Amino acid sequence: MRLEPISQPSLQRRLLPPTLAILASFAIAALLAQIAGGNPFAVFDLIFKGALGSKFALLETLNRATPLIFTGLAVAVAFRAKLWNIGAEAQLYAGAVITVVLGTGALAWPAPVLLPTLAIGAALAGAIVLLIPAMLKTRFGVDEVVTTLLFNFIFLLFVSYLLEGPLKDPMGMGWPKSARLIPEARLPRIVEGLRLHWGFALALICAVVVWVIDRKTTLGFEMRAVGQNPEAAAFAGIPVAKVILKTALLSGGLAAMGGFSEVAGLKGSLTLDLSPGFGYTGIVVAMLALLNPLGVVAAALFVAIIFVGADSMSRAIGVPTYLADIMLASALLLMVLAILFTKFRVRRD
Amino acid sequence: MSALETGAERADPVLRMQGITKRFGSVTANEDISFSLHKGEVIALLGENGAGKTTLMNILFGQYSADKGVVEAFGTPLPAGAPRAALDAGVGMVHQHFTLADNLTVWENIALGTQELGAFSLRPARVKAKTRDLSARFHLTVDPDARVGALTVGERQRVEILKALYREAKVLILDEPTAVLTPQETDALFATLREAISMGLSIVFISHKLHEVMAIAHRVLVLRHGRLVAEREIGDTNAEELASIMVGGEVRAPEVPALPAGPALLTLTGATAGVLQDVDLTLNAGQITGIAGVSGNGQGALSDLISGVLTLQSGEMQIAGQTPTHWDARTAIAHGVGRIPEDRHKAGTIADFDLTENAILETYQTDFSRAGWMDWTKARRHTEHLIQTYDVRCPGPDTPIRLLSGGNMQKLILGRVLEENPQIIVANQPVRGLDIGAVNYVHSRLAAARESGSAILLISEDLDEIMKLSDKIHVISEGRLSPAFLRGALSVAEIGKWMAGQGFAHAS
Ligand SMILES: Nc1ncnc2c1ncn2[C@@H]1O[C@H](COP(=O)(O)OP(=O)(O)OP(=O)(O)O)[C@@H](O)[C@H]1O
Ligand SMILES: [Mg+2]
Repeated sequence: MRLEPISQPSLQRRLLPPTLAILASFAIAALLAQIAGGNPFAVFDLIFKGALGSKFALLETLNRATPLIFTGLAVAVAFRAKLWNIGAEAQLYAGAVITVVLGTGALAWPAPVLLPTLAIGAALAGAIVLLIPAMLKTRFGVDEVVTTLLFNFIFLLFVSYLLEGPLKDPMGMGWPKSARLIPEARLPRIVEGLRLHWGFALALICAVVVWVIDRKTTLGFEMRAVGQNPEAAAFAGIPVAKVILKTALLSGGLAAMGGFSEVAGLKGSLTLDLSPGFGYTGIVVAMLALLNPLGVVAAALFVAIIFVGADSMSRAIGVPTYLADIMLASALLLMVLAILFTKFRVRRD
Repeated sequence: MSALETGAERADPVLRMQGITKRFGSVTANEDISFSLHKGEVIALLGENGAGKTTLMNILFGQYSADKGVVEAFGTPLPAGAPRAALDAGVGMVHQHFTLADNLTVWENIALGTQELGAFSLRPARVKAKTRDLSARFHLTVDPDARVGALTVGERQRVEILKALYREAKVLILDEPTAVLTPQETDALFATLREAISMGLSIVFISHKLHEVMAIAHRVLVLRHGRLVAEREIGDTNAEELASIMVGGEVRAPEVPALPAGPALLTLTGATAGVLQDVDLTLNAGQITGIAGVSGNGQGALSDLISGVLTLQSGEMQIAGQTPTHWDARTAIAHGVGRIPEDRHKAGTIADFDLTENAILETYQTDFSRAGWMDWTKARRHTEHLIQTYDVRCPGPDTPIRLLSGGNMQKLILGRVLEENPQIIVANQPVRGLDIGAVNYVHSRLAAARESGSAILLISEDLDEIMKLSDKIHVISEGRLSPAFLRGALSVAEIGKWMAGQGFAHAS
């Protein structure tokens, strides 16, 4: 058996790796479930029922997917331009902080004005958070993997300080927690009575917008050119550094919108556990989506199903939720392996 | 030494290919090709860009597997598509595009892949000693401890050859080894190859340069459109015949009579930038200004400077009598500078972009978008026009450009530049790696641009090309530029002296 390079893989071939990877991750999970003492079929049944089996479960899954779409898009946009943004976590918190600063009474505006202001303010904050490492990269060649990653920890400590100090809720009975948003600053439910907020719709809109930017605008063209061959892009007169900075603004802004959406749509206030690593999971989502903005939506849904389903399954039969982490990790690894098969054909002789 | 003296013994062939056919989708890259190679023999493989030479050698080496046909080494069939088996059988290949690991040293690259799995150490001392020994024996001077990333192209090629010799190759396949070499390096390579032949190695040699083929080969195979159309003993043929077999018709180089100078479109005065020192240069309308010299003497800096990707440290540049306040790639393009870069893979194109995206790389902002929105319909129409006008052979405007052969890639770049009717054209090694037909085509297009009043800067290592096309010639050496000489004013020997740096003392 040998591998032979394929010059132009077909669409089916390109869709194959994610499909295969996901199926294989199920197989691995089944094995582990068996070892943990659960019947694999029962485990999967519970996972899917838990994630999709009722209206409540489904909405819970969509809510969980929402921040992942934002961070997944943020990572996809950046990675396409070879800007290795590992800091979506910090950018998300930056968006959340601005939402809380402006939305707890500082601006007493009606909702139709206040909500867009908060969203834009959050996006700007996230954009600036990523702009700094991006400038260090374009000016001084500082590796953005290191700066964005380390900044996550710094920013989380900063948020922790804010929640113990300036942003601490005086009525919070000592908990490190911000005051609640005023009602005008809350994202309404899409359908009254159903626990799904407009953040999800906003995420979908963002995915489409990113797709349109990628395919239809000069910025998208420039970002792809810079990502694939910066030398040729520079030779052709594309301002490479500027494009990287614009990419940073877009990417940071998208991650921060996730923070806005979580606070204004779901939580209503800021705590240190706002994100259980949405920024990092966004990297997994973007990779599973092969950095395609529409693929990000699908990948985020997949990840949300696994997490929400595994929670519910674990409550029911006591197989640990770590199964979800293993499924994601194995899906990602298998994906990398399976990508080989979009580039190579197996020959037997 | 005459090629026939080393004479191939017609014993059993060391290598035999029989009935090789290979298709890529609708393209037939090789069709029913058969030949054999004997001990101590050099076969040259000739053919237009895209004729299927690289594909055939990739099949021989096991990179691709043929749809039909067999490959035999020393009488035993090689399993298809197994480079490992080819290596083990004593076949070594130096690829058209090198395959070394940049961040490893020379000896590490050589040792890589030669050790048994599970060996604990690469045994540096042994590898280095053997490398030094081979270096000396085959005149392949290179420091085993140097990092490959820091080597020149010529040195990297020596490492590739060393790597093959280290594995005790009996057959060397060299895919366009001289395309990237200076004439001096080519001479050195030929000395190495002659040494190898005398030790009984056999060689398959691919080149577009017929004089090289005539100098080194015993036998020539000519491919056209994937078929083997002719086989000649070197003594029974000549360069003209080979050229016409290759293109399937008569080959005529364009006549380019010297023309008088028009107005100055670009002048450099005392320009210092990168390795360039105090350079004076005038590009006149209606003229080709040739820059002769061994590559690496500042040609890159000169073309980068005019192309807008290198900034002036001191001195002055004027465009049509005016000093631009600001100079970068985009400004250069806006001022009517057309740029044909030296490295079409790295600087000229984006490999995974399709033809359309590559065609509009320099003009998407001005011509193919409005208020930030791309006009893909218009871009595609433009690309189809380029494909038509410049005879780019390809499946269509949506093909990733990396699938095009070098010549066709260059035609697209040429079209991209000429279609903007540039006032000034910087052509840096515009025909490197191109077949004779494509070379003539590029030259005639440049001549036509000259006729319509463009000022052209032609940078080439090929002295014949410079002397044939240029209205005036400068020689570049260590960043300095000689005064201009009219075509024919200098003999080859005199140019050679300037290249070696003589004359500059008096001139400056
Ligand atoms: N992996 C591939 N997928 C599809 N088409 C290919 C592939 N490799 C080569 N081709 C096509 O096969 C034909 C032969 O290409 P090949 O590279 O062998 O030409 P060549 O003779 O080496 O040309 P050059 O002188 O430019 O190096 C060309 O039309 C090329 O576009
Ligand atoms: Mg080739």
